[in-house]
Amino acid sequence: MTMTATLGHAHADPHHIGRAAEHPGPAPKRIVTAYGFWVFLLSDIVMFSCFFAAYAVLSGQTAGGPKGSEIFDQRNVAIETVCLLLSSFTCGMASVAADVRNRFWFYLGMAVTCVLGLIFLAIEFKEFADLVGRGYGPSRSAFLTAFFSLVGCHGLHVSAGVLWLLTMMAQVFAKGFRADVLRRMMCFALFWHALDIIWVGVFSVVYLLGGGA
Amino acid sequence: MSDQTHMHVEHDLAPGEEEQHSVGERILGYVVGLGLALLLTATSFFIAGTDLVWQPSIPVALIVLAIAQMGVHLVFFLHITTGPDNTNNVLALAFGLLIVFLVVGGTVWIMAHLNQNMPPMDQFIQMHS
Repeated sequence: MTMTATLGHAHADPHHIGRAAEHPGPAPKRIVTAYGFWVFLLSDIVMFSCFFAAYAVLSGQTAGGPKGSEIFDQRNVAIETVCLLLSSFTCGMASVAADVRNRFWFYLGMAVTCVLGLIFLAIEFKEFADLVGRGYGPSRSAFLTAFFSLVGCHGLHVSAGVLWLLTMMAQVFAKGFRADVLRRMMCFALFWHALDIIWVGVFSVVYLLGGGA
Repeated sequence: MSDQTHMHVEHDLAPGEEEQHSVGERILGYVVGLGLALLLTATSFFIAGTDLVWQPSIPVALIVLAIAQMGVHLVFFLHITTGPDNTNNVLALAFGLLIVFLVVGGTVWIMAHLNQNMPPMDQFIQMHS
């Protein structure tokens, strides 16, 4: 009876125009959670756009201090970029492994992601410490204030991401691939990939555009 | 029973979620994304450091390459597509992009005009002292 009713309905309404009337109810929790996190990520990107705007306005205000081309080291930036790109890839591998519930590949993917993230943070910290040591700290000029706040804000996000990554590994270790753990893993993957998108903006606008000028 | 299956296919996709693919296809997607991203990154770094291209075109080229790479990341890593099951995700992204362009574009536009209309700082100080 139901079978024939559904089939007849599908024939009469191939494009599901009458879909609103027989809406299947609230979306599954997995979709609601990930969508909410997606909206948070977009607002995070809007926040970063303010830092980008400040940098674009202030990049020429060096107050007699160093210009971008004098302090940026393209080789370091290239290494950082490759680290983040590869970590995005291994994070994707870890989320595929989580979906098929393969512990070995999940731990391996997450561990490699963590190491690459830590290499990125170490290089960035060394660059910051080097600049401050030469007297080019964030208080030297408006340009350096904008530089340190934009790149430092991204670095803080990566640090938080590494902590979250370790938490996810611990949760899978303690609780296994439960539905709630998989939802958190999905949000973490979104977060990590979004950080990579922001880094694309950072290295293009700050290091390549600012370094050439 | 058949009602259940009928309802199941109606749902949207969560952001970051792919349509049903095998593991091999999903890994291939990430590999393609990584390859494209590395290619675009290498092009950006090459163009920024070379004098083989017309110099005034470099900033435009860098921005175009950056936007292209962000698109590659969105499609291959975040799995944002134009499919009908992705409408909500794309609409949220579009609104986010609108705000980003208003903030960055508006700031750069207004501040450039302010700079043009302001006298240099030393004249300004002389006028008021």
